[in-house]
Amino acid sequence: MRVHVDSSKCQGHNRCYALAPELFDVDDLGNAFELNDGVVPAGLEDKARLAVANCPEFAITIED
Amino acid sequence: MTDTVYGPVTDWATDFDHGAPEYNNNIHQIWDDLKAAGCPIAHTERYGGVWLPLTHDLVKEIAYDPSRFSSLTPVVQQLKPSEALKEDPDALGAPIGPVPPISSDPPFHADARRLLLPAFSPKVIDPWRTEVEEICNKLIDDMGDVDAIDAAVQYTQHIPVLVVAQMVGLPLSDADRFRGWVDMVLGGIGAERSEERLAQFMAMDEYLTKHIEDHIENPRDDLTSYLLDAEIFGEKLSPRHVFGTILLLIIAGIDTTWSGIGSSLWHLASNPIDRRRLVENPGKIPMAVEEFLRAYAPVTMARMVTDDMEFHGVQMKKEDRVLLPFPAANRDENQFANPAVVDIEREENRHAAFGLGIHRCIGSNLARLEMNVAIEVFLKRFPDFELDTTEQVTWSTGQVRGPRNLPFRIKARA
Repeated sequence: MRVHVDSSKCQGHNRCYALAPELFDVDDLGNAFELNDGVVPAGLEDKARLAVANCPEFAITIED
Repeated sequence: MTDTVYGPVTDWATDFDHGAPEYNNNIHQIWDDLKAAGCPIAHTERYGGVWLPLTHDLVKEIAYDPSRFSSLTPVVQQLKPSEALKEDPDALGAPIGPVPPISSDPPFHADARRLLLPAFSPKVIDPWRTEVEEICNKLIDDMGDVDAIDAAVQYTQHIPVLVVAQMVGLPLSDADRFRGWVDMVLGGIGAERSEERLAQFMAMDEYLTKHIEDHIENPRDDLTSYLLDAEIFGEKLSPRHVFGTILLLIIAGIDTTWSGIGSSLWHLASNPIDRRRLVENPGKIPMAVEEFLRAYAPVTMARMVTDDMEFHGVQMKKEDRVLLPFPAANRDENQFANPAVVDIEREENRHAAFGLGIHRCIGSNLARLEMNVAIEVFLKRFPDFELDTTEQVTWSTGQVRGPRNLPFRIKARA
C-alpha cells in the first residue's frame, strides 16, 4: 500500500500528521507530505485509511 | 446608505438575521427546517443583502472560488464594503482587505499568509502545551473549593486570550479589554450603529496603535515585532497591514477557541456516558475533540459576491454577502453518516470546522492544542460534573457560536 498527498490540494489542516506521524510529515509552513515515498509499512494500513478519512480537502489517496 | 432592516425575523428563508440571538439559540432547528422546506440557500435583505447556503457542496464550492466570492468582508456587518470605504477612505480595499490575510484575495493572499504560517505550524505550536496546561490548572486552582462554578466565565473565556496575548506581546492584565473588543466586533454585528459603538472602535484603534508604536521603539521576541520586521515583495508591511493582522490575531484567536472549549464542556456536562469514557480513557480525547469540532463548529465565515451572477438558481448581486456556515456543512447527511448524532469515536470525519480551501484557519493547530489540553485538565481535576439546570446557559450572538455561561455543579474533584 502507498499513500500520496496532493500538494495542490493540501491546505495544512494537519490531520494526517496528527493521526499517522509514521506515514506523514509537515514542512515549515505546515503543509503535509508522505514519508518513505509513501510506502505504508505492514501493520499501518488502518492508520493510512484513517488519514484519508479525516482529510477535509480530500488531498490524500491510497494505492494498493 | 442601504435601507437597513431591523426587528424580529418574520421568515428564516427570506428574512434571516445571523446577528439575532434567536439564530444561535436555535441554529440546528433553523437549518433543519430550511432544508426540510427545500431551501438550500436562504436570503435576507438585512445587512444590505446576504445569502446563507446550507449544504457541504455549496459551502465548499464557494470557499474554493475566491474570484467570484471575495474574502474582503469575513464578518457581515451592517455597512456594505463600498459604504465602509467611504466612511474610512484609508481602509485597505481588495485584494488586501482590512485584516490580512483573512480578508485578502489571491494573489496577494498567499504572500501575506506565508508570512504567518511558520509561526503557527504544528512543530512551533506543540511546545506551547506546557504553558496551556499551567494556564488551565491555575484557573481551576483559582476557583477554590466551591461546588458551583461558571465554566465559561471562570475557565473557557480566559484560556485563549492568555495565549494570544503572549504571542502578540500584549499585557496579560488587559485580557478583559481584548474580550470586550471581541464582543464589540463579532457579537455586536446586529446592533444599530451608534456614537457609543464608534467610540469603542476608536478606543480600540488607539490602544493598538500605541501597542505597535511601542514595539517600533522597543522590538521584542513576539509576533508584533516579527510583523514589523517582515517584508512582502521586498518591502516592509504597511502600518495598516500590521495593524490589521494584529487585530485579526486577537479577534480570531479568542472567542473561536473559547467557544470550542465551551461547547465541548457543555456536551460533556450533558452527556455523562461520554464524560465517563473520556475520564477513564484520556487517550480518546483527541478523537472526541474532532467530533466536538464537527458537531459544534464555532465559526461561520463570509464572502462578498464580486459581480452580478446566477448561482444555483438564485440571482446574486455584486457586493451581496454570502455566509459560509461551516457548522451547517458539518451536519450535511451527504457528507457525514448520522450527522445529528455526536459520536466521540467517529472514525471518518472530514469536518470543515477550520474552513476549506486557501483560507484554512491559520490558528487551527493552536486551537486544537488549547481544546485538547483544556478538556484534559478539566476532566482530570473535575472527573464528575453536571449542568445546573436551574441556571441559564447563554449562547453568543454573531458568526462565532459558543456558550457564554456554563453553570456547572462539581460532583467530584481530584
